[in-house]
Amino acid sequence: MEQGQISLTIDGKECVAKEGQSIVQAARENGLFIPTLCDFRSLSPAGTCRVCTVKVGGRFVPGCTSPAVNGMVVENETAELTDLRRALVEMLIVEGNHMCPSCEKSGNCELQELAHHYRIVVPRYPFLFPVQKVEARMAHLFIEHKRCIQCLRCVRGVRAKDGHEIFGFMRRGSDVRITVDVTDPEAVSEATAKKAMEICPVGALIQKRVGFRVPIGQRRFDRKHEKDGKQL
Amino acid sequence: MNERTILDLNETRNVIIEIIDQVRGDRTQLLAVLRECQSRWRHLSPQVITLIAEEMDLSRVHVEGVATFYHFLSRTHRGNYTVYVNTSATAEMAGSHAIVKAFEREVGISFGETTSDRQIGLRTTSCIGMCDQEPAILINDVVFTRMTDAKVTKIVAGMKANRPVRDLVESLGDGKNALEEIHAEVSNHIRVRGPVFFTDFEPGTALKAAMNHGALEVIDEVKQSGLRGRGGAGFDTGQKWGFCRAAESETRYVMCNADEGEPGTFKDRVLLTEMPELIFEGMAVAGYAIEAKHGILYLRGEYAYLKDYLENVLTKMRQEHLLGRRILGTRFSFDIQIKVGAGAYICGEESALIESAEGKRGQPRNRPPYPVTSGYLRRPTIVNNVETFGAAAKIILNGAAWFRKMGTPASSGVKVLSVAGDCERPGIYEVEWGMSIRELLAICGAKDVLAVQVGGPSGQCISQNEFDRKLCFSDLSTGGAVTIFGQKRDLLSIVHNYMEFFEDESCGFCVPCRTGNTLLIKALEKIMVGNGTAADIENIKQLGKTIKATSRCGLGQSSPHPLLSTIRNFTEIYQKKVRADVDFLSQFDLKFAVIDSCVAANRKPNLEIDSEVVDGTRPN
Repeated sequence: MEQGQISLTIDGKECVAKEGQSIVQAARENGLFIPTLCDFRSLSPAGTCRVCTVKVGGRFVPGCTSPAVNGMVVENETAELTDLRRALVEMLIVEGNHMCPSCEKSGNCELQELAHHYRIVVPRYPFLFPVQKVEARMAHLFIEHKRCIQCLRCVRGVRAKDGHEIFGFMRRGSDVRITVDVTDPEAVSEATAKKAMEICPVGALIQKRVGFRVPIGQRRFDRKHEKDGKQL
Repeated sequence: MNERTILDLNETRNVIIEIIDQVRGDRTQLLAVLRECQSRWRHLSPQVITLIAEEMDLSRVHVEGVATFYHFLSRTHRGNYTVYVNTSATAEMAGSHAIVKAFEREVGISFGETTSDRQIGLRTTSCIGMCDQEPAILINDVVFTRMTDAKVTKIVAGMKANRPVRDLVESLGDGKNALEEIHAEVSNHIRVRGPVFFTDFEPGTALKAAMNHGALEVIDEVKQSGLRGRGGAGFDTGQKWGFCRAAESETRYVMCNADEGEPGTFKDRVLLTEMPELIFEGMAVAGYAIEAKHGILYLRGEYAYLKDYLENVLTKMRQEHLLGRRILGTRFSFDIQIKVGAGAYICGEESALIESAEGKRGQPRNRPPYPVTSGYLRRPTIVNNVETFGAAAKIILNGAAWFRKMGTPASSGVKVLSVAGDCERPGIYEVEWGMSIRELLAICGAKDVLAVQVGGPSGQCISQNEFDRKLCFSDLSTGGAVTIFGQKRDLLSIVHNYMEFFEDESCGFCVPCRTGNTLLIKALEKIMVGNGTAADIENIKQLGKTIKATSRCGLGQSSPHPLLSTIRNFTEIYQKKVRADVDFLSQFDLKFAVIDSCVAANRKPNLEIDSEVVDGTRPN
């Protein structure tokens, strides 16, 4: 093994990873799938969605914030973990109001894709039907709070042109929500809105005036499933 | 903007600048600034939030995030007098419901509202640490205990007459509570004094002993003593100090967790009232051991009434060269500052406490890294409970062997318990580890006991069959709370109260805790109104396991305990409530569903609605 490399096993498969990588990163580099929602490319991991929960040494740990350690034995696709992850996705679904057929993100939505992956037809939990206002004061972006899964990708990854924070996280408990600084109406430019929509895994951040440019059926996950031979 | 609003804006800005200047613009003091603005204007308007952000050079969303996180900060006006009635299980048992009604009657508004002249606001809050003298309330940081209907009438008259809140305090409590600086109705109720805490302590002696030992030997001595964290988690104190000292850094911090929020515990309040010198000296000893120069006492917002007194104690200690530069004439310097919370149970979690002390939202951090390597301001930090520091000071003074002689081999020393609920002598008990629940119930005068909640809602609820179990880390571990429920109590409504507490106090960061607890409450309510089946009990167990396994911090990892431990130890209560004749009933309850529309239409529903269903309605 080269300097700075470590080895670990994930579901019995020998994996080699770089020191300092998270379990999720290590799995990805070795071609193994650990589901994620709040984890996004180079953003520092947050650990809000918990769907990357794995089991190490009999304990459940989040794969995105736990560093891979030499000699680690990780359980990933076990029946127990699959059920836990499915339960978490179901919680995310019932705490919001996800009407896929009318959502601009359908087919591009990571939550929908994960629900599909876990074959969730009806969640085991009762729907909570939150009543939340749409934030539509900005020129280029609106926020559908009831579709937000509080992954905080926008809070971590989107800034105003001048670099200052425009997305935040407010309130607490079941009332938490993302917030945007609307005191400066120019802060969220068209480019920022586009970036925000791209970074959002669900349909909570939607750029105004560009809806449904790509027809449903030809979108990211639609195409993936076509390729896999399994239509949605 | 007209001239008048510009003038107002300038005036507001000047006041805010003055407040910020008082903390020298220190961004870690954002919470203190927000507390001060709340106390001055009784709410934090969008304009005030913008001004604070501008003047402290922080982003507006950051300030808004912090301002909306804490219970005692609000965006709507809470009245010149804000009455907080606490909703803990022990308060309800002592009749807080009648106090709520009395306030509503006298003030003429409902809880959650503020009078139109903005004079009085009525709000509820989580446990305020007065479980042995309920019903207790807070008005603008002043505590009133043992509330009665007559007392409510008097207090409301006083508020309407614009009298200072302090002047409304009637009979002062015992001990230091009667001091001018505290001036509180609070009683200590120290029922059993032990050899460690509530005995004479000569300030300076522990520090001198520590300096005679040397830093490394202090850590060794604490390790030898077997002292484990007294806040509930029970981590080895000496080890924690050792890890922190070993972490490479020029600066280290000692933090004292006085964010005692677990419903049913109040022992840190009494320790800080009666033995603050011992606690502060314990922090100084820790500072000496890990080579830290700065200490922070994080005091829960509910105990803000102790702040002036504690500041005076610190001043006196500085004058006596027990704090500050060149302590006792040596080269060791250490000082302590007090930071006050603003109503958030989660801040008792050590990494959330650190975040809050840094002036941020009290959200737990991802670990690793742990605070011992990366804590306050990302520097190595030890966070210990109030009682832990006190015990450490005494260990250094009297030796590890002395401490080890008390308690059990695996749980050495004593534990300060907060006993409340159905017993003759609620209060503070300093007892050796290893005492059985049965013995404790006997000394506090509890008879006809149905259940004992050990360690607060996040601990466990045990039945008579288990009263011979012992209080110690390997059996019944507790941060101090022991709450007793008599035979006549309705255990399910207590469980419901505890679950609502966790739902209210969840930080909302991770989904299992944010939503899982709401779902647990829904499932429990389904059973409580008589629509549950055996399958619902199984679903609760399953969901509880999911929340415990996947939550990010100790709050979520223990929030299902009230349900899980009562399902385990009081199965018959649940069995009696669920329908045995059907396998499945939908969550939908017609009776429940039409209540709101009936109220709106101002007519009686055309269905039989028993009072239980109506009471089961949860305010949103």
